[in-house]
Amino acid sequence: MSVAHSGSADARRSGQFVGVIFVFIVLLVIAAVIGHLTLPGLAPVWHFLGAHPILNALVKAVVYVSFIALLVLFLIWWERKFAGWLQARLGPKHVGPQGMLQTLADALKLITKEDITPAVADRPLFYLAPFVVFVPTVLTFMVLPLGPHWIAQDLNVALLYVIAISSMTATGIMAAGWGSNNKYSLLGGVRAVAQLLSYEVPMVMAVLSVVTFVGGLSMRHIIDYQAQNGWLILKWPLIPAFLIFLIAALAELNRTPFDLPEAESELVSGFHTEYSGMRFAFFFLAEFANNFFSAGFAVALFFGGYLGPILPGIVWFILKTFVLITLMMWIRWTVPRLRIDQMMGLCWKLLVPLSLVVFILAAAWASR
Amino acid sequence: MQAAFFGVIAFLSILSAILMVMNRNPVRSALFLVANFALLAVLYLTLAAQFIAAVEIIVYAGAIMVLFLFVLMLLSLGASHALRERGGLQPLVAIILGLIFLASLSAAGAIGTLGPGQATPQWVKNGGTVKAIGTALFDPRLPWLFPFEVTSILLLVAVVGAIVLAKRRV
Repeated sequence: MSVAHSGSADARRSGQFVGVIFVFIVLLVIAAVIGHLTLPGLAPVWHFLGAHPILNALVKAVVYVSFIALLVLFLIWWERKFAGWLQARLGPKHVGPQGMLQTLADALKLITKEDITPAVADRPLFYLAPFVVFVPTVLTFMVLPLGPHWIAQDLNVALLYVIAISSMTATGIMAAGWGSNNKYSLLGGVRAVAQLLSYEVPMVMAVLSVVTFVGGLSMRHIIDYQAQNGWLILKWPLIPAFLIFLIAALAELNRTPFDLPEAESELVSGFHTEYSGMRFAFFFLAEFANNFFSAGFAVALFFGGYLGPILPGIVWFILKTFVLITLMMWIRWTVPRLRIDQMMGLCWKLLVPLSLVVFILAAAWASR
Repeated sequence: MQAAFFGVIAFLSILSAILMVMNRNPVRSALFLVANFALLAVLYLTLAAQFIAAVEIIVYAGAIMVLFLFVLMLLSLGASHALRERGGLQPLVAIILGLIFLASLSAAGAIGTLGPGQATPQWVKNGGTVKAIGTALFDPRLPWLFPFEVTSILLLVAVVGAIVLAKRRV
């Protein structure tokens, strides 16, 4: 009886998983169609928008912010489905097909919720902090090459720009932890910033070893190099560089082996303990957008970005990025949390020396 | 357009600097300083110095000021016991020294006499890139390699000194 029951549950679970894959493929096809869409009637409009510098920037900003919002809705749903699959349960399934609209419902709930401000909070900091965290996240998307023609602005210092802008998030997290005027928030904020600053070092060294190969800091330069010489992950000194980058990215995203800043058992939920409603939603949005960006950045640096046969570039890019994000989720739902001294020790005693060695190896290999 | 942009950014950066000095709450002061660094980076960008702008944000706003904030928060200097410095002689001395600095700058010709200069559009376009700065710093034919290396040794000495001071009791 119980065997038969579990068998049917297994069948239902695999049915669900097939459904999820199907939905994902449909979304990819839609992305491909949009990527190839050219509406002849709209050409003068596109031309006008493209030529005017301020309008151009505004349109790009609107497109990117809506892209990020939709992406995060999808990512949260995928994370819950994937977590459910790993933990032998179903995940969201009631709102919309395969529970796809569950996140939308949650977002609506967050928007309509009461926005509570603690009486002792430092108000300006408390109000500003979620946006100081969210805005740099959006700004980093500016240099992400989504496809051959899908890059908002290719700077000649793109990699430095990413490092600079993403380090600004630390200020926002600190402001949130301080502004909440709550000891758990403060401790969470302090932990988050210590983690961000420490793991920035091996991450930058890993990115620098890519730069020694490519000889340029612009994203287009990196992709062009990979178009001629194959994916950078295939150069052997860059395999450890990628692993270091992945670990550092997991730490900077505060994902589970490194989720000490929001460790529920110790700190309630860290620097966003006091936040509710829309402001909490912004933290959440920034976290998932950052997750996509880190994975996309790794894809552009190590896995050839949008390069790939037959399918259009943006589909390749999103496919590769989703594989990497799923890997990150897999790690998240498998590995237990580190202790704070283990986390700092891992960074400063293992990753930093290792990344220096990798950097020297990469420089030697690249300048043969 | 560019002049208006410069005006807005310059006004905001001076405003944030003043707010940083005037603020009683040390954490807010530090945050205004972060804002000031970010605005300075924007000014560097308008001068086509992308590398300096990025480094300004990475080093000052991203690393040094965050460490400052870190220490301030660990010391927990809240608004309740904010720093209360008695005025005394310090503002007066600061104003006098500032005026002397301004006078020496204008005597050296750094204020008022800056003309169009020799910079061509091509030079400006390539002058701020990583490549140009790297070549300037590390080319042995140029005079900046030695001071650069000496500065890096100085920083190393400072790091060793900090470790010696902090680790004395362990």
